[in-house]
Amino acid sequence: MKAKSNHSILRSIAKGIGALALISIFSFSAFAEDTLLNVSFDPTRELYEEINKKFVESWKKKSGKDLTIQQSHGGSGKQARAVIDGLEADVVTLALAYDIDSIVSNSGSVSKDWEKAFPNHSTPYYSTIVFLVRKGNPKAIKDWDDVVKPGIGVITPNPKTSGGARWNYLAAWGFAKKQYKTEEKAIEFVKNLYKNTSVLDTGARGSTTTFVQRGIGDVLLAWENEAELALSESRKANGGVAQFEVVYPSTSILAETPVAIVEKVAAKKGTTEVAKAYLDFLYTKEGQEIIAKHFFRPNDAAILKANVAKFPKLQLFDVRTIEGSWAAAHKKHFADGGLFDSIYGEAKK
Amino acid sequence: MKLIFRPYSKTSFGLSLGLTVFYLSLLVIIPLSALFFKSATLGVSGLWEVFSENRIQQALYLSFGAGGVAAVINLFVGFLFAWVLVRYDFPGKKILDSLVDLPFTLPTAVAGIALTTIYAPNGFIGKYLTPYGIKIAYTPIGIVIALVFIGFPFVVRTVQPILEDLPKELEESAYCLGASRFQTFTKVILPELIPSLLAGTSMAFARGIGEYGSVVFISGNLPGKTEILPLLIVTKLEQYEYAKATGIAVLMLVLSFTIMFGINYLQNRASRRLG
Repeated sequence: MKAKSNHSILRSIAKGIGALALISIFSFSAFAEDTLLNVSFDPTRELYEEINKKFVESWKKKSGKDLTIQQSHGGSGKQARAVIDGLEADVVTLALAYDIDSIVSNSGSVSKDWEKAFPNHSTPYYSTIVFLVRKGNPKAIKDWDDVVKPGIGVITPNPKTSGGARWNYLAAWGFAKKQYKTEEKAIEFVKNLYKNTSVLDTGARGSTTTFVQRGIGDVLLAWENEAELALSESRKANGGVAQFEVVYPSTSILAETPVAIVEKVAAKKGTTEVAKAYLDFLYTKEGQEIIAKHFFRPNDAAILKANVAKFPKLQLFDVRTIEGSWAAAHKKHFADGGLFDSIYGEAKK
Repeated sequence: MKLIFRPYSKTSFGLSLGLTVFYLSLLVIIPLSALFFKSATLGVSGLWEVFSENRIQQALYLSFGAGGVAAVINLFVGFLFAWVLVRYDFPGKKILDSLVDLPFTLPTAVAGIALTTIYAPNGFIGKYLTPYGIKIAYTPIGIVIALVFIGFPFVVRTVQPILEDLPKELEESAYCLGASRFQTFTKVILPELIPSLLAGTSMAFARGIGEYGSVVFISGNLPGKTEILPLLIVTKLEQYEYAKATGIAVLMLVLSFTIMFGINYLQNRASRRLG
């Protein structure tokens, strides 16, 4: 009896393996040359829907080939991780350089000097961090100094889980460093900022929900495009009058949202050429106009100027000038035992 | 051995055991051992570093504490549900019975968002509590509520069939022998139900410790205050620290397995005592 059952175990395992082999053969046939997968982060969903439509048309004109572009959206870090783990993206368009750098160091499917592959550190559009406050600005929040005052409720996501939150943090940090010169004072400043938080959502969209829907806090630190989106949603819901206002601080961070070709995947799928054309398209006049329409700041100076009502001028500083590089900034602030950990640990004790 | 096989020997024990072992290794054993191998790359000192981190310890207390409190609440709430559903007939009973399964079928994130909407300071219930200084969303209380929600069907669904099968004669004879209602309940009915109550509660507890979707919305995720363990795993992954993330997972796994094992032992002893 026992011998027989052992035999059956082997036989059934063999059957299972056979079935798996069949499944994998079928999935291989799914490759095709005329599909492109763009792995991106959350707030770009609407932007790429429009970009893709326009690019497919222009590609058809140029090469006569049909093209399908698939989109994948999620938290920037989560998306980078999916690419590292084998999601076959042809291009990545993420929220921070650090996420593309970690694809380089963890899987090597993006080349090391990706930042030089396209103009402007491979950043076709950028954004910045602004404040969203309640209608009439009852707490009179004008600049970063007002945000850290005692009694102000600040909503920002957790820098440990959100790319956008890292931009928020670094924007405050950069301001404090410029304003107060010394590192101790800057630490004190950021500490006060996080003393004012009562909710740390895992992502930027979550924070917007907390501020807008739950009515918590006096000021939301948000991407410029996210703030504009919240405004227009609020206008729609309240018959044209928004319940919020956007406040532009005197200075904020230059939030570069870089793009890169995932060379290894593109080479394997034979899509290198179209992937490059796709990212180049973002730099064209047509692409830049769509970008401006979706509240990301375009690189093209003329188009930026034409949209000056949408994008008020403010002083932007680069993370490279305050911390040297993204890798250095990450290590100093967000890695375990970094400044954020110590700031938060003390702020809440 | 033969004795065990004999009653069902016509139904091909070998093939079904083979499939069971195969699927179990494909879905459970191999992924879980990968977890251990991945965390083993940290080494003993690395693992110790993970466990001794302040934030992780606080999240550990919170996850297991809130999970425990919610499980105890579920023990009573679930029992009450099962009791009402089995013992009484009333209009709408079928609907109520199916509603119990909702937490199983609903995506937990949806539950989390719905609960947060209600209990947030400007929410449907929250706005009446805020004037009295009671805060639910973004505090550990909110976490407990989310865990009660996702856990109570476990207790209901394990107790319900046992309660249904309980022979009526047991209670009748107890009554005939002069037992009071309270005595009948505590000496006759309850002992029969204890094993299934324990089983249901422990499942609700296990589910609660690992729950992510519903809790991240209502907890507020403040480090050291309302940050749960699964969130820390996500945090570590977000920093590409795969080994540390699996380290926390292993810690959770070992702790919950120990607790489950203990409860199983108690449950076995309880059912054995009944004979």
